[in-house]
Amino acid sequence: MQDSPNTPVHPKRPARRRVAGAFVTWCSDHLARYVFLAVAFSATASLLLIALFILKEGVPFIVKIGFKDFLFASEWDPSAGKFGIYPMIIASLWVTLGAMLIGAPLGVAGAIFLTQFVPRSVMRIIKPMIELLAGIPSVLYGFMGVMVLAPFIRNHLGGPGLSLLAGSIILGIMVLPTVISISVDTINAVPRTYLEGALALGATRWQSVHMVILKAARSGIIASIILAMGRAVGETMAVIMVVGNAVKIPHSALDSVRTLTANIALEMGYATGLHRQALFATGVVLFVVVMILNSLAMAAMKRKTGS
Amino acid sequence: MVKQMLRMVACGLVIAANGGCGKQRTAVTVAGSTAFQPFAEKLAEQFMTERLDIAVTVQGGGSALGVQAALSGAAQIGMADLVQLPPEAQALTAVVVARDGIAVVVNNKNSIKDLTMEQIRNIFCGKIRNWKELGGVDHEITVVSREAGSGTRSSFEKIVKDVTLTKDAIIQDSNGTIRETVAMDENAVGYLSHGLLNEKIKAVTVVGVACTTEEVVAGRYPIVRPVYLLTKGEPTGACKDFIDYVCSAEGQKTIKDSGLIPAK
Repeated sequence: MQDSPNTPVHPKRPARRRVAGAFVTWCSDHLARYVFLAVAFSATASLLLIALFILKEGVPFIVKIGFKDFLFASEWDPSAGKFGIYPMIIASLWVTLGAMLIGAPLGVAGAIFLTQFVPRSVMRIIKPMIELLAGIPSVLYGFMGVMVLAPFIRNHLGGPGLSLLAGSIILGIMVLPTVISISVDTINAVPRTYLEGALALGATRWQSVHMVILKAARSGIIASIILAMGRAVGETMAVIMVVGNAVKIPHSALDSVRTLTANIALEMGYATGLHRQALFATGVVLFVVVMILNSLAMAAMKRKTGS
Repeated sequence: MVKQMLRMVACGLVIAANGGCGKQRTAVTVAGSTAFQPFAEKLAEQFMTERLDIAVTVQGGGSALGVQAALSGAAQIGMADLVQLPPEAQALTAVVVARDGIAVVVNNKNSIKDLTMEQIRNIFCGKIRNWKELGGVDHEITVVSREAGSGTRSSFEKIVKDVTLTKDAIIQDSNGTIRETVAMDENAVGYLSHGLLNEKIKAVTVVGVACTTEEVVAGRYPIVRPVYLLTKGEPTGACKDFIDYVCSAEGQKTIKDSGLIPAK
């Protein structure tokens, strides 16, 4: 079927058929282009549709209740018409921060270890194993949290066990694959000559790692942490299972809290009318937070390629 | 939520399988209360072995959804287990098909055996915060409750009266997870449907009355809610047949055998 000008033309083949063949190629070429365009667009379109739908359902509610009474009021009692999500915003922030305090140092340290202090052959075994962590369903993390972590906290530290601390630890482990695999990739992308140069100047291995390599890979590592934050903010199932879901502003890490995601998932099944809209409005807040985090991550990545 | 979705998918598959065998069945959809859902599924199964011309599909979603679905016509029959039906349910025909005791449960290691309504109210309001105040060990009470909108929660709070749930209460989204949480935490107290009691937890007696089928039937146990089947207007045709079956001696026996309390 190929009729490009370079292929020798069969002498017996009439010219008209050659033209027709070229036309078919041209057509299929363009058709393929549009098919792929449509497929690529469908992904963007679904993002757009989700955003529009959430905004359409949620924004009128925020306008109706008032920005301040929604975001900064601390009473959540849908049956009494009180829709303050401030405790949940605080809870989401604390749980995410806690997860980052646990996940980021562990993840970055793991990435440094894997790239600098371990032979390549070993890394090729360990890295896929860490990435497998990302494939474990979140409900299993939650299950481990309820069965092992919560009783441990209750017996050794006090409180109800199902707590902010439990949520942070579980999420800290869940974000490890994100932090490690992106950090490993950026550290590997640092030119080998940087390390060699540093070593040649008399720096020790550790000095060259933390003064040269980490500095060069900094933006990628920051991006990995921001992406991990996005994941931690958005995680639902594991969090519902381990944080206890009490609507209150936490006073200690052992207090039970409810995150924004947990609020939506817990009450969606029952919510009607204004209550349902309130949950969509909670979704708007989450959506905005995750969008900001992702944009920050993208900006951090871009700075790396720019420099 | 996830469990409900899975159930709905499973129901969908059942419908597809039934449709595949070529017989035309009249479809009846029953939706609502998650507490009554397993019993409705069992009843539907038995009903369909007798009536090959009717296909009953049971969906969850909660009592509020049961009322909404019956009103909107999304389901022909709504299930609701509320002490007091919402005002919009005035337009629906309600039949009481069963009664369900709500048991107040504590951990097996807890020494508390009996609570008064007053004590239960104070525990859930957060006024009594330590088991010591009730004659138990010196340890803070972990209150476990259901999420806002749950039929079990609204019934419980209505019968116990004036409950403004303490903000420290841990919230779980099903009877099953309440049971697990109370079973794992020595200092927890929660409440759940009588039909879902098991040996992992202990139901306390309320003013000396245990939460058993006999006590509920006799009208002595105080925390009891009715289970309604709701239809838009008088039930007719296949819907009527199903509701009649649930109310029949055979249907009521199934309800009793599965751990609920028959209406009659």
